[in-house]
Amino acid sequence: MSTQEKEVLVEVKNLKKYFNMGKGQHLKAVDDVSFNIYKGETLGLVGESGCGKSTTGRTIIRLYGATDGSVTFDGEDVHGKKDKAKLKEFNRKMQMIFQDPYASLNPRMTVKDIIAEGIDVHGLAKTKEDRLNKVYELLETVGLNKEHANRYPHEFSGGQRQRIGIARALAVDPDFIIADEPISALDVSIQAQVVNLMQKLQRERGLTYLFIAHDLSMVKHISDRVGVMYLGNLVELTDSDTLYNEPLHPYTQALLSAIPVPDPELERSRERIILEGDVPSPVSPPSGCRFRTRCPHAMDVCAKVVPKWQEAREGHYVACHLYDDEVKEN
Amino acid sequence: MEKILEVKNLHVSFDTFAGEVQAVRGVDIDLTKGETLAIVGESGSGKSVTSKSIMRLIPNPPGRIKEGEILFEGKDLAKYSERQMQKVRGSEISMIFQDPMTSLNPTMTIGNQIMEGLRIHQKMSKSQATARAIELLKLVGIPNAESRLKQYPHQFSGGMRQRVVIAIALACNPKILIADEPTTALDVTIQAQILDLMRDLQDKTGTAIILITHDLGVVANAAQRVAVMYGGQIVETGTVDEIFYKPKHPYTWGLLASMPKVGDSGSELIAIPGSPPDLSDPPKGCPFAARCPHAMQVCVDHMPEATEVSGTHQAACWLLDERAPKVEKPAEATVGGAR
Repeated sequence: MSTQEKEVLVEVKNLKKYFNMGKGQHLKAVDDVSFNIYKGETLGLVGESGCGKSTTGRTIIRLYGATDGSVTFDGEDVHGKKDKAKLKEFNRKMQMIFQDPYASLNPRMTVKDIIAEGIDVHGLAKTKEDRLNKVYELLETVGLNKEHANRYPHEFSGGQRQRIGIARALAVDPDFIIADEPISALDVSIQAQVVNLMQKLQRERGLTYLFIAHDLSMVKHISDRVGVMYLGNLVELTDSDTLYNEPLHPYTQALLSAIPVPDPELERSRERIILEGDVPSPVSPPSGCRFRTRCPHAMDVCAKVVPKWQEAREGHYVACHLYDDEVKEN
Repeated sequence: MEKILEVKNLHVSFDTFAGEVQAVRGVDIDLTKGETLAIVGESGSGKSVTSKSIMRLIPNPPGRIKEGEILFEGKDLAKYSERQMQKVRGSEISMIFQDPMTSLNPTMTIGNQIMEGLRIHQKMSKSQATARAIELLKLVGIPNAESRLKQYPHQFSGGMRQRVVIAIALACNPKILIADEPTTALDVTIQAQILDLMRDLQDKTGTAIILITHDLGVVANAAQRVAVMYGGQIVETGTVDEIFYKPKHPYTWGLLASMPKVGDSGSELIAIPGSPPDLSDPPKGCPFAARCPHAMQVCVDHMPEATEVSGTHQAACWLLDERAPKVEKPAEATVGGAR
C-alpha cells in the first residue's frame, strides 16, 4: 500500500509543547514536530530519555494542552474547544496504555471495576449483567480469565497487569491507542507475549497504534513506520525497514550502531559510532541543528540554520543539512 | 587459569510473613582472573541476590545464607564477620549498582566519595588521595577532573554519574568488580560509552567482572562466559559462543527465540507462555518444567543435575540424559537482533 492510498487518521502539524520553568525560562519538550499517522498502521516513536517522545504522545491525546500547532484526529481538531458531550465522545476514540503497570492501575479497585470504568463513564452497558459480560469478554480477549475479575492489581504479575491495562483501553472500543513504553518494565520472555497480543488485537479490530519506546529492536518489529526524536525535534521518519537498513540522519546512525546485538560474533567485528558527551538541556538547546554538538559530520551551517524537515527520498523524511540540496550547492 | 572466586552450592532464603522465599537454590559459580562472566535471567531469578551474597550485602534478617561456600582466593566469605567483610568490600571486591542516581551520596562531593575508600583501605594521606581521585576521574573519561572533584552528584548527568560510580569502584584496584545492571538506567548511546569504558578499564587493570543483566545484547557485547539463571538456579553456563550458538537448555532457547529478528517484522514473536515460578513454594523438579514445551514426567518430579556438554559448557536439563528423547534446538532459537 503506498502512502497516497492510505487514509490519514491523526495529523500532527508543527506541534509545540513548552513547559514553564519560571524565571522566564521554558523547557522546550516538543518543538515543531509534524507527522501523520495512517489508519490501521503502527507508528513507532523512538529516542532517548528526555527527547520528548512521551510528551508528544500525551499532547496528541490532550493530556497536555499544546503550546502551538495542531493535532487533527479524523478531521477534527483535538485541542479545539468542545462541549462536554463532544469531549467525552472524543475521549472514547483515543486511549492510552502506560509504561508502568504497577503505577497505572488503582490498587484499591478490583480488576472488574478498573476495566469497567470507561464503560460506566460512557454508558456503554445497559444492565449490570451486560457490564459484567463485557468485562469477562475483555479479560478473555487479553488472555486472562473470568476468575481474575474480582481480584486486585497486586495479585498479578507485571505482564498480567499490562494485559489489564490493555483490556481497560479496549473497553470503550477505541480507534486509536497510544502505547507509551508498554513493554519496557517487563521481562524479555513476557515482552513477546504482550507484543503478540497487541498485534493480534490490531489485526482483529483494525486499531491504529502510536508505539512509543526506546527499545529499537522491538519498535522495528511492531511498527510499519518509525520516527526518531532528538531533543524535542523529529529528525527522521520512514518505514521501519528503510530506517534500519539505510538510516540517513547521523543521530539515527549512531543510535542504531549503539544498540548491542545478541550475536557475539557480530559484536566482536562491528564498528560502533560512539557519540561524545551528553544530550544538551532542552531549556537552552543549541542553535541551528540541535544535534550538532554531538554530530560527527557537523558543518558551519549547522550552527546557524535549523535544518528543514523534508522528504529526502520517497516517504523518507529527514531534518539534516547533509541532505539539503541548497546547502550542498553552496 | 587461576580461579579467583568459587561459589559452591549457595542457598539464600528470605523469611517473610508468607513463609520462606528461597531466592537462590544451589548456585555454583567460578570466576577466572581477568574474565567477564555475565549472569542473565529475568527479574526474580536470583541473579542480584547471588551477587549481593558474594558481597555479603543481604540484610539479615530477613535474608540469610542457608548453605554453601563463597571462596574468594581460597577464603570462605560466607563465614566472615561483618568487620572482616568491611576490609574486603571496596578494596578486594567492589560493586556498581543499577541506578547511578541513588547509589551516590547527594550530600558529599564526588571527590570525597572517591577518596573515602582510598583513605580507609589504603590509608592514603589527603593529598595522595586527591591525586589518585583526579587520576581516576581522568581514567573514566570525565573532563576537568580537578574542578569536578568539588562538585555534588546532582551536577552530573546520568552517564557521568555512572562513570563516577565506576571510578569509586575501581579506586582501590579491586580483584573483582560486580556490576549489577550497570547500564539499564542509561540511554543506548550512553550505554555504548559505558560498556566501552568498562572493557577498556578491564584491559588496563585486569579486574575480573561479574556482569548482571537481562539484556542479551549487552551480554554478547561484553562477556566471555555466561550463566543463565532461572527460578533461583543456574540452568545453563558456557562461553558466549556456546550459549548463543549452541544452547542446550529449553529456557535459553526460549530467551533467544523471543528476541525480534532481522527481516521478520510483522510476524509473531515466539513468546514463552506462562510466568516464572513462585519461589516461596518452589517446584520439586526443574523450575522451568511448567513452561517448557519438552517437559516430561521426570522434569516435574526430579531436579536435573548439571550435565557436561563440553569442558566449559554445562546445562541442567533432563533432555541431556541419555534415556531422554532427542530434541533438537528449534530453528527460531538463533541469534540476531535488529541489523
